[in-house]
Amino acid sequence: MSLEILLQTLLSGILIGLVYALVAVGLTLIFGVMDIVNFAHGEFLMLGMYASFWMFALFALDPIFTLPLTALMLFALGAAVYQSVIRRIIHASMLAQIFTTFGLMILLRGIAQFLWKPDFRSIDRSLVSGAVRLGALQFGLPQIAAAAGAVLATVVLGWFLNRTRLGAALEATAADREAAQLMGIPAQRMFALAWGIGAACAGIAGALLSTFYPVFPEVGGNFVLIAFVVVALGGFGSVSGAFLAGIVVGVVEVMGGFLIGPQLKLALVLLLYLLVVMVRPQGLLGRA
Amino acid sequence: MKRLLELTFGVLLAIEASAQSARAEEEVKIGAIYPLTGPAASTGLEIRNALELAAEIINSGAKGLNLPFAAQGGLPNLKGAKIRLVFGDHQGNPQVGATEAERLINDEKVVALIGCYPSNVTATASQVAERYKIPFVAPESSSATLTQRKFKWFFRTTPHDELFVRNFFEFLNALAKKKGIRPKRVALMNENTLWGSETAKLEEALAKQEGYNIVEKVLYPAKSTQLTSEVQRLKAAQPDLLMQSSYLGDAILSMKTYQELGLAPEAILANDAGFNDTEFLRTLSKTGEYVLSREVWALDLTSRNPLIKQVNDLYFKRFKANFTGNSARAFTGLYALAEAINRAASRQPEAIRKALAETNIPAERLIMPWVGIKFDDNGQNTLGSGIIVQVQNGKYVTVWPFELASAEVIWPMPAWTKR
Repeated sequence: MSLEILLQTLLSGILIGLVYALVAVGLTLIFGVMDIVNFAHGEFLMLGMYASFWMFALFALDPIFTLPLTALMLFALGAAVYQSVIRRIIHASMLAQIFTTFGLMILLRGIAQFLWKPDFRSIDRSLVSGAVRLGALQFGLPQIAAAAGAVLATVVLGWFLNRTRLGAALEATAADREAAQLMGIPAQRMFALAWGIGAACAGIAGALLSTFYPVFPEVGGNFVLIAFVVVALGGFGSVSGAFLAGIVVGVVEVMGGFLIGPQLKLALVLLLYLLVVMVRPQGLLGRA
Repeated sequence: MKRLLELTFGVLLAIEASAQSARAEEEVKIGAIYPLTGPAASTGLEIRNALELAAEIINSGAKGLNLPFAAQGGLPNLKGAKIRLVFGDHQGNPQVGATEAERLINDEKVVALIGCYPSNVTATASQVAERYKIPFVAPESSSATLTQRKFKWFFRTTPHDELFVRNFFEFLNALAKKKGIRPKRVALMNENTLWGSETAKLEEALAKQEGYNIVEKVLYPAKSTQLTSEVQRLKAAQPDLLMQSSYLGDAILSMKTYQELGLAPEAILANDAGFNDTEFLRTLSKTGEYVLSREVWALDLTSRNPLIKQVNDLYFKRFKANFTGNSARAFTGLYALAEAINRAASRQPEAIRKALAETNIPAERLIMPWVGIKFDDNGQNTLGSGIIVQVQNGKYVTVWPFELASAEVIWPMPAWTKR
């Protein structure tokens, strides 16, 4: 086994891991701000993919160009879902919250299947296609673009949370809802903002994935299981933790699959998750 | 005036009633259970079209076709009786399939059943038929287990999955004999649900028996988010031939990953499913070029067999679509059943079962690339076979069996960088 293959596998793992990270960042943000697990998160990703697909199919606009629009649309959808549905269950029991977001998942899948049929669709002529050679190493351009986009989106989000007043308000609400409200931060608006940003992250990930992954109503399920592992591994509510954990999961999946056996690649990821939960229950960067 | 109208109406009713009873005597009722609604409805409706075309040719004849009953119309041994199809809709649900079978047998008094396309529905519906002692013909369901049940009333015209896997090795052996091509290193890439893993086991056993060296076996989790690790393993094994069983999403993703990572065996030999889906080439276009895949039927067979072309033309005239593997097999299944009913010269299920068991239809009277139809003790047609197609210039063309091929097989396929 040559060093090139190992390096190639490692870098491929990091590339896909960055996309996992972006999906998980949105999920962990919603959880961090309001302690609600969004089971419909994968469906936001699916809708982001469909938004990219339709703008490509109908107007021949490349997913890379329509990405800001996709992000805006998903932001609006996320905020609207909060205003119309989630707001009503914010003080309900955890079970009611789980049922609500789970029901939302089934509803969104059902709508997608009704409107667009269960067929697989894909974007065949994106601007980013083909492969890049770096010496003996080869990478798909769509994967590189997706990873770069994911890093950019996460960095922008990190800057927003840490460097802007609005971001600080969001963080404050996450840290202590009551205290933040006493300081005059409108909690409802912060929650809607969190849902908007969370959905937009999934939407951006969907748009980036749509250049190389087929689009179909159940596609969210393929990614969201991994996203949950990433969130738990990074620490519930920790954005930087999710980012780091996404990369770790990507590398474990690809490297482990290559070295130990592809049939075990998901098992390895879940094993890692179990180990972290046992040794460090708060996750890599979570608050204890 | 009003009385006159009533009288006319009454007379018309009487005529209609007597005509109906006369028709009922002449008819042979066959129950057809297919997914006419639900997720598989598009295939179900396509099959219904094919069955209706077959019934029409059997009942009214069609000039110049070398098919049984095409010359005169009607079943001659039953005084020219017509067959009538009674449809049941199983919606893709095995339970519904069983109740529909029961309804058709008890209420509609059908003499035989045909169906059901998805193997799991065929399994339950044919169980009902076995219990009521009614012959059941399965034209499309390919799960090998269906004919391992030792049913007496079950007959399958299509080859099953195991026979299709055998076809791979028949193709490879023929290739070695005719062109001196013999891959030394074979790798398997199969999804890890029941279908993929069972196929992998069979492929391993057959490869060993036929003397092919399997250098890597990858069973990947279906619906993976990435296939990089799988493809790296395949690349490290340096196979000459890659045999793959994947559904659509994984088939597309794997082809893209092969291109991305530059995995280029001499040939990729796929097992139908995702590789033959219309979306496969629409998505991949040039990336899908040169892939070999197993098929049950292909449109270009029309160029080598005038009968297939004639029947396909009739179908196209009526439904504005070409035959597919499913519709062509359904057509053939109903034909085999009608041929047996005629030979039985009876509407009695036992007589029909006996006639089915003695079926022997030669290749020239079929629209399938088969040697014929002849059932073994389990009701499996032993003369069926698949074909191998290859994507050439964006189209699937038949490359094996060589006598049916419309193009030469391209082997090895060019490296990704030279396309």
